[in-house]
This record gives sequence, C-alpha cells and structure tokens, in this order.
Amino acid sequence: MSEQQTLTQGVTVETAEQLGLLAEEFDKIQRVLGRIPNFNELSVYSVMWSEHCSYKNSIRWLKTLPREGRRLLVEAGEENAGLIDLGDGLACAFKIESHNHPSAIEPYQGAATGVGGIHRDIFTMGARPIAALNSLRFGELNNSKTRHLLRGVVRGIGDYGNCFGVPTVGGEIYFESCYQTNPLVNAMSVGIVEHGKTCSAIAQGAGNPVFIVGSATGKDGIHGATFASGDITEDSAQDLPAVQVGDPFQEKLLLEASLEAIATGALVGMQDMGAAGITCSTAEMSAKGKCGMRVDLSKVPTRQPNMKPWEILLSESQERMLVVVHQGREAEIQAVFDKWDLHCVQIGEVTDTGRLEYYMEGSKVADIPAESLVLGGGAPVYDRETREPAYLAQRETINPRDYPVPSNALRAALRLAVHPNIASRRWVTTQYDSMVGIDNASTNAPSDASVIRLKNSQKALAMTVDCNARYVHADPYTGAAIAVAEAARNITCSGGEGLAITNCLNFGNPYNPEVYWQFVHAIRGMGDACRRFGTPVTGGNVSFYNQSAEDGPVFPTPVIGMVGLIEDFSQRMTLDFKRPGDLLVQVGRLSEDMNSSIYLQIYHNIAYSAAPEFDLEEEVRMQNLVRRLIRAGLVQSAHDLSEGGLFICALESAMAGRRGFSLRTVDGLRKDGILFGEAQGRVLLSIRPEDWDALQALAEEMGVPVHLFGEVTDDAVTVDAQDYGRISEWATRYEQALADMMDAPGA
Amino acid sequence: MKFGVVLFPGSNCERDMFHVLSQVMGCEVREIWHKETSLDDFQERDCIVLPGGFSYGDYLRTGAIARFSPIMEAVIRFAGNGGRVFGVCNGFQILCEAHLLPGALLRNNNQQYVCRNIHLRADGPDSLLSRGLPAGQVLKIPIAHGEGRYFVPPAVLEELEANKQVLFRYCNAEGQVVPEANPNGSLNNIAGVRNLAGNVMGMMPHPERAAEPVLGNTDGRLIFESLLGALEGARAGAGALAG
Repeated sequence: MSEQQTLTQGVTVETAEQLGLLAEEFDKIQRVLGRIPNFNELSVYSVMWSEHCSYKNSIRWLKTLPREGRRLLVEAGEENAGLIDLGDGLACAFKIESHNHPSAIEPYQGAATGVGGIHRDIFTMGARPIAALNSLRFGELNNSKTRHLLRGVVRGIGDYGNCFGVPTVGGEIYFESCYQTNPLVNAMSVGIVEHGKTCSAIAQGAGNPVFIVGSATGKDGIHGATFASGDITEDSAQDLPAVQVGDPFQEKLLLEASLEAIATGALVGMQDMGAAGITCSTAEMSAKGKCGMRVDLSKVPTRQPNMKPWEILLSESQERMLVVVHQGREAEIQAVFDKWDLHCVQIGEVTDTGRLEYYMEGSKVADIPAESLVLGGGAPVYDRETREPAYLAQRETINPRDYPVPSNALRAALRLAVHPNIASRRWVTTQYDSMVGIDNASTNAPSDASVIRLKNSQKALAMTVDCNARYVHADPYTGAAIAVAEAARNITCSGGEGLAITNCLNFGNPYNPEVYWQFVHAIRGMGDACRRFGTPVTGGNVSFYNQSAEDGPVFPTPVIGMVGLIEDFSQRMTLDFKRPGDLLVQVGRLSEDMNSSIYLQIYHNIAYSAAPEFDLEEEVRMQNLVRRLIRAGLVQSAHDLSEGGLFICALESAMAGRRGFSLRTVDGLRKDGILFGEAQGRVLLSIRPEDWDALQALAEEMGVPVHLFGEVTDDAVTVDAQDYGRISEWATRYEQALADMMDAPGA
Repeated sequence: MKFGVVLFPGSNCERDMFHVLSQVMGCEVREIWHKETSLDDFQERDCIVLPGGFSYGDYLRTGAIARFSPIMEAVIRFAGNGGRVFGVCNGFQILCEAHLLPGALLRNNNQQYVCRNIHLRADGPDSLLSRGLPAGQVLKIPIAHGEGRYFVPPAVLEELEANKQVLFRYCNAEGQVVPEANPNGSLNNIAGVRNLAGNVMGMMPHPERAAEPVLGNTDGRLIFESLLGALEGARAGAGALAG
C-alpha cells in the first residue's frame, strides 16, 4: 500500500522526458487532467502517446492512402486487422506488423513474439489464422553477428509458428549492410472467418463485466512500446526486460478458447494485449465504445508478487486478451476458459463516465479520460519537416551505360545464382512448418504468390509480401509503387487478382527531415499504385527509429503484404517449366536497363544507382494481359522478372520443373542488360508452341509488347548457343548456397 | 467401423486428420477430448488416432506430459483389448512415451526442426498400414518435426527387426534405403513402427498432408486406404486403390 502512487503524487517534466515524452506533451497531459499526473498516469500516457501506439508522426500521411473499396468490411484502423469479403459468406482478416527492435536485441524471442502478436490480432476478430508470412532484413551474411541473428530469428519464427499450428507459407529475406545493427522482422497473418461470426474490439454497456483471460501478467515487456520508439544504441541491451517472452502453447489454447467464446454470442467485444498491455486494450476498447472502465489491478493474475500498478498496466506479457461480456452471461465464458485451463478473471466493469479508473487494493491509482489516450482522439498528431536526402543528388551522376559489357556473361550468371539475395531460401523455409492445416497448395506446385485453398469452396487465396528496399532507397516514390506492383504481379502470376494490402512501414528516425522525406514520398508512391490496382490499404504498422549510430538509417522499407483471390482453383498458375519445346515469352517491354540491379552491384561495383524503369500504366496493362492469357488456358507457367532479371527468372522456373532452357538475347540491346537487368513490368511465360499465335493476337489487342526469348529444353541451359551447363548443376549450387554461407567459419 | 481423433491441449493436426478421415475418406469420425476417460463407444475394429502437434507445448519432453492425460488410460486399455491405435508425429511420440510402442524419438541429428517432403517405403506387405500397397512402392509424404530420430537400444532393435515390426523406412526417390535419405538420423532409417500384435502403429511422416489432389500429392491416401481395407477385414484396400 505504502508504495502506491496516489493521484496527488505528481511528477516532473524530467520524469516525463525520461519516459520518452516531450515537454509540450507533458503540458498537454496536465491540460487534459487539469492537474499534474502521477507516475502511473504518466506511464500510461508515455506508452499510449509513443510512436508505436499513437502513430503521431505518421497518421496524417497514412490518411492519404486509399482506404475504401467494395470488398472492405471494416475500415483501416477500425479493428485489429483489415477484413475483406471473399464471397460465399467468407471473409479474410489479415495484417502485417514489425518486431524489429526486440529482434535486434533478442532475435529468438523478438521474432517469436512478433509472430504471436500478429496472430492474436487476427483471432481476436474471430478469424482462424490459416497462413503466416514474414519479411526479414539483415546485414551482410558474411558477418557472424548476422548469422547469429538469422539463426535466432528463423528459430523463433519456427518454434512459435510450428507449435501454434499455422503454416508459414511465404516470405522474403534480404541482406544489406544498412540492416547490420537494426534488422527488420515483419510478420503477417492471414485468417478466415464466416460473415457474422466476427468480434469487435469494443467495450459497451455500463455494468458489463471486464475479464482478463489467458496468461498471467509478469514484468516482461514493460515499456516495450517506448523502447520500439527510440533508436537502437549501444545501451539497448540494457533494455532487455523490454523484450517479451512467448509461449506458443498458451497462444494455441487462447486461440481455441477465444473462438469458442465468440461462438457463444456472450461477448460484447475482445481485444488482444500487445503493445502497452492492459493500458492499451482498456483505453482503445473504451474509446471505441465511447465509454469508460473501472479496473481493479489487484485482481489481475500475476506471475510474481508485489507488482506495482504501473508495472501491471504496462506489462506486455504475451498471450492475454481483454474481454467484455454481456452481464449475466459470465458463466458461459468462464466455462469455455475453464475447459482450456486458462485464467479468466473479472477485473472490472464498463462505466458510462468515459474515464479509465484504475484501482489497486481499494485506492484509485490512476484516472484518465480514455479518449485522450488514443489515436483519433487526444493523442498528439505531428507533421514533421522534410528535406530531400543529399544522397539522391549524388546517385544521379552515375550512368551504368558507361560500363563495358562483359565478354562472358556466364561468370556473372554463376555469381548471381548464389548471391545471398537470390539463392534458394530452403535452409530457412524447411525450418518452418509450411503444411499444417493442409491448405497450402504451393508445397508441390510453387507459384510467385503462395496459394492457399479454401476448404469447401472453389476459391483459393494468393498471398505475398514484397519490397525491394534498394529501389525505394534509390527513389522512395517509385520504389514504393514498385513494391505494390510486384506484389500484384506475384498474385497475377499465380492466377489471382489482388484484393487489398496491409503495409509495414520500416523507416529511420522521423525527426530526421531526410528520413521523413523518404517516408512521405514512399506513402505517395504506394497510394498511387494502390489506387491504380484497386487494392486499398486495410491497415498495418509503422516502425520508425530503425537506425543506429554505426549504420545510419536503414533503407526505407515499406513492405507490402497483399492478399488476392483466385475465383476458381482450376485457374491457379504455377511457375515451373512443364515440357521441353514450350516457348519462352516475355510479356512487357524489352529493356536493357540495369539500374539498381544486383548485377550492377556485384559485377560493376555500383552500389547506388537510379530506380529501375517502371511505368505504372504499362504494368497494369501487362498484368491484365497475363491474367487474361491464364484464363484463356494459353499459359503453362508464369514467373515475374525481379532480382537477377530474365536469366534468374528462367533459371528459377527451370529448377522448379527440373527442365533446362535456351535463351537468345536481342540484337542492338546490351546482353547484360537483357539477361540481368531489373526493369519492372515484365513476366516470363512458358507456352505451348501452338498457342503462340493466339497469345500474340491477345497481346496486340491489349497493346502489350511480347517477345519470344527461347524455349524449354530437356536439361541443358544455353544462352545465345553458348553452353551454360546442366540444370541439375545449377540447382545444386542454388539450393546449397545459403546453407554453405551459414556454415562458413565466423568472420 | 469408425475413427476417434484425440484432441490434447496443443494438438494442431487434429483438424487435418478429422478432415481427411471424414471428408476425403468418407469415414465416421468422433473428436475425443483429452479429459474423457472412456472409449466404450468404440469397438475393437475401430481406430483411435493420436494426431500431430505439440501436446502440452511438448514441454519437458515430446509426449511426456500427454501420456498422463486422462484419455490415455482408456487408450491403453483399448489397445490392450486389441483395438487399433494409430499415432502420427506427436501421436507417435506419445505412444512411445506411453510404452504402447518401443523406442523413443530424439532430437533430429542436425538439431533443427525440418518440414519437407521425404520418401518412404513400406517394410513389409502385411501391416495394417501397408496392406494393398504394391510391393516396393515408394511414397512421397511430408515430415514436420524437431524430434523424429527413432532410437531403441541395440537388443530391442534386433528384436524389432526380427519380428518385422518396422512399418516404414526413409528411402530415396528410387526406393533405396540409404543414409542420405535419412532426414533425422533415425536408426536403420526407421520412420514408423508397430507393436508385436500389430494393432498399435506410429509414424513420424504425415499421411494426412498428402491425401488430396488439390495439394498436388495423394500418396498419403494409400496409407489410409490400406488401413481402411484392413479394417474392413478383406483385401478391400486393393480395390480402393484401383478406384
């Protein structure tokens, strides 16, 4: 009792600043409360007004993104995740989120709890997660710390997802020196729910009881949201208690119990406890329902005795939910959680005061208007200064065409196939259960996007995460638009059409005007591309402060998670070459552009160049044509040209089908540009020879250039009649490269 | 004739098993909650399935806590009376912990969890899971485990082999049982075993993950067809294969 903060024990602006608040924000809190806050209240404001929870430096720009569409069932930001209509009475909930800072300090738990947190966002809405994806960035792979981080992150994602029982079906990994100190770990979850069986994150009805369910509350993760809202420094290891510890077994029980609880109809609302724990869930549910809550913190089951009120309020212990129940139906909910042997304890009730009143052993320890804490309510909103980054001017002086064409392109091809950003991800992906749930149709038939069948339906989902941050660094507007276009292209090549996106916006410190310039331009590019593709933004996450003293800000990395629909499973398209003699046709404009390609980096040592050629209108027309060709039955395989260009694209399709291929480059265009350039808006198809005329006719009708590059062979790889070896040799190199690099002696 | 699929806390393949048995194979299936204590509604010719997953989080040791679940006493009685019991992955681990099957599943020899397609060959033509399979047939079935290295003491291994209790061995695509085809370091490439009586069976690979054309692999279906054929008494499995 003696240690409790009463409402009259005020704190100073110094304390506020230590908790990461600005002096002006401390003044604002005093105006809201009409008095000086105590330490509990200040702690609550510090996490709710942290960048992580309040989006204070990003929300103005996020609101410029397209957030409406006929398939959207909830608006962006309304619920824990976006919800889109799939027809047939089904809906899809999906979202991506970052767990970068925890993973930098403790890769295993950081990544594991990132996976756990994003799944909770999905099942708190009533949807059963059916697939997980992730997007990872690390420093150079020849650095032993990178390998330590990669091992830990992969094991963390695997151990959590494998035990929780949701397949990890897709993802991307890039290695760039800018992520050396500050890796990026973004996790995405996709779930399915029947219409009318969703649950909202809302508190309503004065007198309705409020329960905490799931794990007990411990001291882990306190001030995790604040931690995520600062740069990574040498002292960050001191923040270790700010990293949460995950328990996928508890989460699995919580999943089943939550879905059963929703099915009873006895719930008013439910919200998971992620960042800022009890504080955030009570504040957001109350603010959404325009009500208040009276909460007795001494009733919260804790892992250790004598936890202080602010510790209980801020704890980010995992696998917990806040549940509001219709008064009189408590026993039904209690029975569900009893069945699953989970805590289910009433800690308070809904009020009509609009205030969050927290008690501890009889005395009031905090009293705050709920609305004042939340995004869209009283949380601060800033527009930060922008300045065009100096490096952009420098970059424009480089002309890749000043560099000689190599006499033997095979040498470059061999190096590209084992480059860390191109080589097979098998070493990573076999550590994830990619098949549990028996819906992953890509296991035995790979596509550019992962294809997930919907049981008892003709339909399937196609999903992908994409962002080439090198392009975004080169040109934030174009690069972000390319990320959207590539995601849509991957879904197109799988026989589907993009429905909507979720985004994870990983940037440096927003108070750095050059970083904020990158952010603003990336948002513009993303918005324009999403509008053109008809794929609205359903929500996501902003992660600023991804930078360190040694490496500076990371490349601007706006990761796009896109979900698309394949109306009829029979129209699903795969990427593997099928039959020798099939023709190889590039759809999209011929280009020798080499800007920002991996080839340019490793062969001509040009680290930074302009973004690759990209034309949004051409891209849309090209994708429309590919979808039409697939539906007309004229396509045997489809794979988009991305990192490594045409040669790597053909190689990947060939290895997947255990076939070879022969290519002929184009007279008058640079051979290296043709083979390895990364100009956008291009897809490589294999088709039966007898379909060539029909394909050409459709392409002409839709105004899209096509070019015949060669054919599928039995086993041999040739370029301009030069022997490039056998596909089995390429496959061994490509598949073994990452494992070999992981086993290399420490650097 | 029906199936019971036991749901332990932390099981995560029970829905997959239920779907394949009921929707794909057309069988009657009941979900059995781990707190149940009786299997009186099952006959000797029925089959209790322990599915894959991470029962009780696999904390302590895989399957070590699940074996003390209330339902396991009933499963042990059921097996003792000659009833059929089939464990897949974590279910196999639980059956070993419960001493219904010999041996133990240790951490994979490369210390990593592994999920991928592997190849299997039935060791003999006369088990409930291989009846009706053409001789030497190679099956492509996925594995997904961190603790799948089958181990028994040398004397028991000798006994196991002499009694033809090995159900399946890991092999290459050509059907050769070679060290390179062993994904986890299991003794003698063992992927699954049965008890001496033949009514209790366990395997690490997941046949339920390879039982539908939409997933591009139906080899697992052959194992269920074999089991069903055996359950029907006759060699009906062979007929189902043709169909």
